Amino acid sequence: MNLILAMLVILIVAALMVVFSSRLLMGAISLAVTSIMVTLLMFKLNSPFAAVFELSICAGLITVIFITTISFVKPVAEEDLLEIRKRRIKKYMALPVILIIAGVVMSFVIKPMILALPATGQETNFANVLWNLRQVDILGQAIILLVGVFGIVVLFKEGQKK
Amino acid sequence: MSATNVEILKIFIPFIILLLIVGFYYILATRNLIRILLGVEIITKAALLAIIVVGYVTNNIPLAQSLAIIMIIIEVFVVAVAAGIIIQIYKRTGSVDARNIRNLRG
Amino acid sequence: MLALFVLIPLAGVLILNLLRFDFIKKIACWFGVLLTLAQIGFVLFVPLDLMASQSGFFGRYFASNFTMDSLSKLMILAIGIVVFAAIMIGQFTYSDDTKRFNFLNLILLALAGMNGIVMVSDIFSLYVFIEIVAVASFVLISTYKDKLALESTFKYIVLSITATVFILLSIAIFMLISGNTSFASIGDAAKNPGNSTLVVIAVCLFICGAFTKGGLVPFHGWLPDAHSSAPSSISILLSGVVIKVTGIYPLIRIMNITGGGGEPVKNILLFIGALSIVVGALASLGQNDIKRMLAFSSVSQMGYIVIAIGTGSALGLAGAVFHILNHAIFKSQLFANAAAVEKQTGTREMDKLGGLALKMPVTGGTSIVAMLSISGIPPLAGFWSKLLIIVALWQGAHYTYAFIAVVASVITLAYFLMLQRKVFFGKLAQGLENVKEAKFGLVLPALILALLTILIGIFFPLVYNKLILPIQSILK
Repeated sequence: MNLILAMLVILIVAALMVVFSSRLLMGAISLAVTSIMVTLLMFKLNSPFAAVFELSICAGLITVIFITTISFVKPVAEEDLLEIRKRRIKKYMALPVILIIAGVVMSFVIKPMILALPATGQETNFANVLWNLRQVDILGQAIILLVGVFGIVVLFKEGQKK
Repeated sequence: MSATNVEILKIFIPFIILLLIVGFYYILATRNLIRILLGVEIITKAALLAIIVVGYVTNNIPLAQSLAIIMIIIEVFVVAVAAGIIIQIYKRTGSVDARNIRNLRG
Repeated sequence: MLALFVLIPLAGVLILNLLRFDFIKKIACWFGVLLTLAQIGFVLFVPLDLMASQSGFFGRYFASNFTMDSLSKLMILAIGIVVFAAIMIGQFTYSDDTKRFNFLNLILLALAGMNGIVMVSDIFSLYVFIEIVAVASFVLISTYKDKLALESTFKYIVLSITATVFILLSIAIFMLISGNTSFASIGDAAKNPGNSTLVVIAVCLFICGAFTKGGLVPFHGWLPDAHSSAPSSISILLSGVVIKVTGIYPLIRIMNITGGGGEPVKNILLFIGALSIVVGALASLGQNDIKRMLAFSSVSQMGYIVIAIGTGSALGLAGAVFHILNHAIFKSQLFANAAAVEKQTGTREMDKLGGLALKMPVTGGTSIVAMLSISGIPPLAGFWSKLLIIVALWQGAHYTYAFIAVVASVITLAYFLMLQRKVFFGKLAQGLENVKEAKFGLVLPALILALLTILIGIFFPLVYNKLILPIQSILK
């Protein structure tokens, strides 16, 4: 329990690091750290398959996509790094304050709440659920794969000059 | 369904909401298109955690894992298309400043 | 058997891309036209039991996952009609062969996605297919990669993903109370009075997401930009079906399954609907660009549909669904007219146009038909659906809202009259002396759609009994 609480706090801290990062590259790496924390949380919640997907895709592929995009783009401002950092901290100063207030409010509201959970859980075999029960979703994934491929082709292929 | 399950849920809910606040604040406050995409990623992770934790406390982890895997794959394609759009915007206008895309009034 | 609606467009895309002959690119669009005509014919002439039968080769796969009731049947009809118009306009407005081929591939995949949305019986599969249509639209809007289109696509992407996150959070809450994501189990769990708070929270989150995807105020920021800067055939697709299938249809389904969520949810629907009607109508008055005005008009008409759902009565639902079909038809036709005008004159700004009625008689005539229908003038189709909506509001004792709906109808007539006067009547603007009527292929969809509007209006009792009345059976 305490481990989960610690991991959640590190998750929020990593997300705040994304916000307060002064360079885009630091932001992308902080997003990867956030993904790693989500992976660890998923491991703790008995979801190894989803954790592996999250690690390899979100902490891997999406970080690569972000770094590629960042490398295409020149940095926005050519000012001193310290200046940028001071400006950013001033701009986002309200955020940790809001977070702390929201956290305190929620801890008073949610603690006494009574939640009744249904005792379900019919299928316990993951492969069975994914391939037999969720066939429509797999079909949808195949379609979105094709859409993604066509999308990348349309977006990146420059028209031939006739 | 033990008492600790409800406790786990009660611990996760505030943090998921905090993550959503961080993400939405970032999307609204930042000027850079790539940073907007980072904020979008943060709120998607919050939704992912919500699905997984709900699956854990209702003893329905296989279902929640399948849903999470499908969500991750769809998210990859959306982010890839969005990154492609940002690169094309940069090629056409030379900057990724969001103030440049206020040309059309909503 | 029902899976064919999704599988055939998918197979079509695969086949078209595996055959690498050059002439395929030229005839590809006609394959799409054939497919959508087959879809319309199928849904009109094949009885429901035969379609839903689970025997045969295809019936065994995905058998329990695709269902079709009368609401889905009407949505598939609307999807078929609008995609048919979009493909035909696309055939004649895309200049580049490769671009047209990519357009056709993406629109067929979007067609598969939309057919999937209206046929699934599981809330998570609904999300998957909504995302398919959303990603396809992102790419389709930005095909020409001009600055305006790219900007509006980015805005659309961010708002669409926000809507997706809301929908996912509501799916998580539904899973919490029912343990499964299918419509049936959510319905059973919603009947349990102990869950009512959670159901209301989940429904509110879901409708926030649905409002954003459907372009209702105050989440409509992406709509005018995206619909006006997209290529003409994509504007038809977006305004004609995408906002309804990804926004309004999930709203109707969730309201239906969870029994409405009670009074607060209905009041939200009524209020947001009325707000969208008024804001959309007033904003259209001040526009100079034809397509932007039509986009704001779409916001207004979506408000009509939502306010009718908000009444909660069977008559309101019938009016809402009928208005979905009518709006698909006449909005597609208006955008087709705008496409013809833009192609022949090279501009979309109403200040620079004028007096086109003599030069482009067919376009002018069909746009008059659409104008009368959208303002609710009898005996055209729009009159009947607006009448149903206003009567439903009156019966539900929402007198203020009925009054707003009637007044907004008058404003609708006003801004469309302004469109007619500026574009088609009046003095012939400079530089337009050599304008001729658009090619037959561009005009044909507009003609067909105008004819449909007139026919549906005249044969309204027949349409009502065959298509609309069965929908009320889904309200239990």
